[in-house]
Amino acid sequence: MIDSAFIERCKSIFGAENVLTDKAELIAYSYDATPGIPREIPGVVVFPENTKQIQELIFLARQTKTPIYPRGAGTCLSGGPVPLSKGVVVSFQKMNKIIEIDPDNLTATVQPGVVVADLNAAVSKYGLLYPPDPGSMATSTIGGNVAENAGGLRGLKYGVTKHYIMGMEVVMPTGEIFRFGGKCVKNVTAYDFTHLFVGSEGTLGIITEIICKLIPAPKYRKSMLAIFDKLEDAGKTVTDIVRAHVIPATLEIMDKVTIQTVENFAKVGLPTQAEALLLIEVDGMGKDSVEWEAEKCVEIIKQNNGKYKIAETDAERDSLWAARRAALPALAQVKPATILEDATVPRTKLVDMLVAVQNISKKYGLMIGTFGHAGDGNLHPTLLIDPMNKEEMEKVHKAVDEIFEVALSLGGTLSGEHGIGVAKLKYLKNEIGRSGIETMRRIKQSLDPDNILNPGKLVPMED
Amino acid sequence: MTVAAKTIFDDVELLKKELVRCMKCGNCMSVCPIYSVEKKESSVARGKIALGEAVLSDDIKIDDETLVKLIFNCLVCKSCMLACPSGVRFDRIILGLRAAIAKKKGIHFIKKALFGLLKKPELFDKGMKAFAAMQGLFLSPEEQGKRAPRGFLKGVSPRFDEKFIIPELTKESFRDRVKEKEEVPQAQAKALFFTGCSVNYLYPEVGDDLIYVLKRNKVSVVTPKKQNCCGMPVMVHGDIETARELAQKNLEVFEKTGADYIITVCGSCGSALKHEYPIILEGTDYEEKAKKWVERVHDISTFLLKVIRFESPKGNLNLKVTYHDSCHLKKSMKVFNEPRQILKTIPGLTLIDMKKPDACCGSGGSFHLTHADTALKIVKSKTEDIKGTEAEIVCTGCPACMMELFEGIKRFGGNCNVTHTVSLLAESYRSEQKS
Repeated sequence: MIDSAFIERCKSIFGAENVLTDKAELIAYSYDATPGIPREIPGVVVFPENTKQIQELIFLARQTKTPIYPRGAGTCLSGGPVPLSKGVVVSFQKMNKIIEIDPDNLTATVQPGVVVADLNAAVSKYGLLYPPDPGSMATSTIGGNVAENAGGLRGLKYGVTKHYIMGMEVVMPTGEIFRFGGKCVKNVTAYDFTHLFVGSEGTLGIITEIICKLIPAPKYRKSMLAIFDKLEDAGKTVTDIVRAHVIPATLEIMDKVTIQTVENFAKVGLPTQAEALLLIEVDGMGKDSVEWEAEKCVEIIKQNNGKYKIAETDAERDSLWAARRAALPALAQVKPATILEDATVPRTKLVDMLVAVQNISKKYGLMIGTFGHAGDGNLHPTLLIDPMNKEEMEKVHKAVDEIFEVALSLGGTLSGEHGIGVAKLKYLKNEIGRSGIETMRRIKQSLDPDNILNPGKLVPMED
Repeated sequence: MTVAAKTIFDDVELLKKELVRCMKCGNCMSVCPIYSVEKKESSVARGKIALGEAVLSDDIKIDDETLVKLIFNCLVCKSCMLACPSGVRFDRIILGLRAAIAKKKGIHFIKKALFGLLKKPELFDKGMKAFAAMQGLFLSPEEQGKRAPRGFLKGVSPRFDEKFIIPELTKESFRDRVKEKEEVPQAQAKALFFTGCSVNYLYPEVGDDLIYVLKRNKVSVVTPKKQNCCGMPVMVHGDIETARELAQKNLEVFEKTGADYIITVCGSCGSALKHEYPIILEGTDYEEKAKKWVERVHDISTFLLKVIRFESPKGNLNLKVTYHDSCHLKKSMKVFNEPRQILKTIPGLTLIDMKKPDACCGSGGSFHLTHADTALKIVKSKTEDIKGTEAEIVCTGCPACMMELFEGIKRFGGNCNVTHTVSLLAESYRSEQKS
C-alpha cells in the first residue's frame, strides 16, 4: 500500500511538482459525476507526462500491490475514475497534446488528456469532425471517452466512440507497452484489441495514445421541433422516419414532465399540455439531400398529428436547441439533486419504456423527467431527489432497480453510454448472465493477474 | 447593527443547502481560468465544493493549511456560475468558506489593519495621499503616469519584477477635486456616481469622462465625497464584518443624496451594491434599505441605453477596438450587450471581437499579486487573444481589468492601448464639438 517510500518513488518518477499528497488536494479526487456510490480519498495523485512514467508506476504498483485509478476529467456517470481504496489516482490532465492531425488519412493521433471539444476545434480547421459528442465534451477527455465508450447526441447516424478508434498505445497491467491498430482503414491483424480496450473502463490497461478516425464535417443541416399530444404519435414518428430511410444526426425526445419544467424555467414558448417533443436535425454534404430529408421528416410529423417549427437561420436553430439544452438545468432546479440514468431500449420499444418510467414515477411518488436520444433508444430518466431525505432515497433506489428491470425485459441494456463502473455492477449479471460474468473475470485475470487496475469496477470479482 | 437571522457567512452549516446542489458534473472546468492553467481538481469550483462538504462532514478541519490555501485560490470571477447546469451559487459558497476560515484563524494582521482603514474613509484617504506623495520611494518613474516597483519590493509578490507596471496614484483624489453636485437644467434624472477606489485614486480620468457623458445626456450628477469602498475587496478575504459596516455606511450616504439612480463604472463595485449588499445584510435592519437600490444600481452602459434617452455620439473616432468583458460586469451584473451597443454607435469605430472576450483577465483584486504565477499565465493568454484582433484599443468596463490588461500587454508585448468604454464615448462626444 501507500507509504512514504511509495510517495518518494512517485516523486522520483513524476517529479515532485506532479505528485499531490496533501489531504485537501486528495479529497478533490474522491468523486466523479455519479451520485451515491462508495468512494475513498486516494493515497496519492500523480500527473504523468509520458508513457515511460506510467510503465514505471505499474512496476511500482505491482511490487506493492497498490490499486491504480486512471482519471480523465472525472465527468463519468458510473464511477469509473472514483477510488475505492487508498490507491494512486493517475490524472491525465497534463498528458494533453494533439500529436498529429493527418487530413489525408483522416486520422488524429492524440494523448489521452486532450479535451474532446479541443480536438474538434483543432480538426475543424481542416473541415473535419470527430463525431462522438457526449454532453460533457467541453471538459471530458478523449482517454475517458475511450475508456467508457462514450456516446452522445449524434449516435443514431454517426455511432459512438468505438466506431472512431483505429489504434492505441496501452501500458498493460504487467508493465509491457503494447501498440496496436494504426492508420489503415482495413486492419484484421491479431485480435480486435481496439474493441477490447474501448469501454474497458480502465480495468485492462492504461491507454497512453489514441488514433482517432475523422470524417468530413457535414456542410448543411436543418433543424426542426415537433410537438405531440400523444406519446404514441411521437414514438411512431421516430420509427417512421427511420423506416423512410432518413437517418437524422439528432433525434431527441422530451417527455411531459421535462417540457413543463423547461417551460417553467426557461420560458422558451413550449406548449405545456404536450405529451412529447422531438428535436430533429438532419445533415449532410449536399443541400438537396438535406432538404429532401427535412421535407420527409415534416411529412411524417404531419401524418402523426404533430405540430412543427423548422429553423431557417442559425439564430432560429439556436432557439429550437435552447429547449433541449435547458432540459437538465431545468430539472436540476426543482430539487436539490438529480440521478441521471441511461437505460436503453431498441428504438421500437421507446414508447413502452417511457410509459413504464411514468408508471414507476407514479408508484413511488417520485418526480422523474425523461429526455434523451430517441433515435437510438437511449433515454435519460432523470430522478429529482433530495439526498438528505432518507425515506425518499430508499424509494429512489427501488425505482432505479425497476427502471433497469423494465429496460432489460424490453430487450434493452443497462447502459447506453455511461458505463457500468460501480453504479450498475450489481445489475450486470441480469443482462449478461453467469457465463458473461465468468468470461469477464477470465479476461480480467489473464491481463491483470494482480488485480491492480481500477479494481472493483466493471468486473464483479466476487459473487 | 443587529443580525436577526444567521446567514451563510455567519454559520458554515448553512452552506449544506448550497453544496448539495452540485452534481459534480464538471462543467465548471470548461470555463475556470485557474483550472485552465493549473489542471488540478482543487483549482475548480467542483473541487472546492468537495472540500466544503469534507469540512461539514468533519473529514478535514476548516483551518487545515492546504485547505485554506486552496479556498483562497479562486478569483471569484463567477465564470463557473454561468456554466453550471444546476445553478449552484458558488459565490456564496466560496465567500462563506472564507468567512468561516477568517472566523477560525482570524484575519492576517496586515490585512486587518488595511481593512480597518477602509472603514474610516478620512484616514484611508489620508493614507492613500501620503502614499501618493511618497510613491517615488516604492515605485520608480517609468513613463508618464505609469510606474514600476523598486527592487526591494520584489519579496512582497513575485509579480513585482522589473516588468511590473502600474498607474501612478493621483496626488489629489478624484472626489477631492470634483464638484459634489453637477446640476443640469431640465435634467432627465438625478444620478449618484459611485466612483469606487480605483477611479478615485488611480483612474480619475474615467471619473471625469463619466460625469461629462452624464451631463451630455442631461443627467444631474452627485458624487458624494463621503462614499466608502464598496466592500468587495474585504469580502473576498472573508472579512464579512468590515464588508457589512462599509455597506451600511454607503447606504446611509446614498439615502441622503436624494438620487434616483446609482451609476458605477466598475463591475465589482456595481455587483457589490446590486447583488452582494442584500445578501450580506440579510436579516439586519439594513436589508430593506439595500433591497431598495437593487433595481436602481446601473452600470453606465445600461443606464444610458435602458433607463434614459441616450444621445448617440457623432464625433468620428477612426479606431479598431476590441471589448473585454469584465467578469463581475458580465457574470454578476449581466451587462455585456450594452457596452458593445454603445461602442457601435460611435462613428468610425470598428469593433472586433476577440476570442473568448469573457475569459477572466486574472486580476481578481489582489489575486494577481498573491497568486502571481497563475495570474501571469491567465493574463498571457488574454493578451494573446487581444493581439489576435490587431485592435489599437482594448476597452472594458472595470478599472481592475484595465490595470491587469495594461500590465499584461506591456509584459507580453503588443501595442494595444487600454481604456474604459465610457472614455471612448466621451472622446466621441468631445471630438464632435471640435469639428
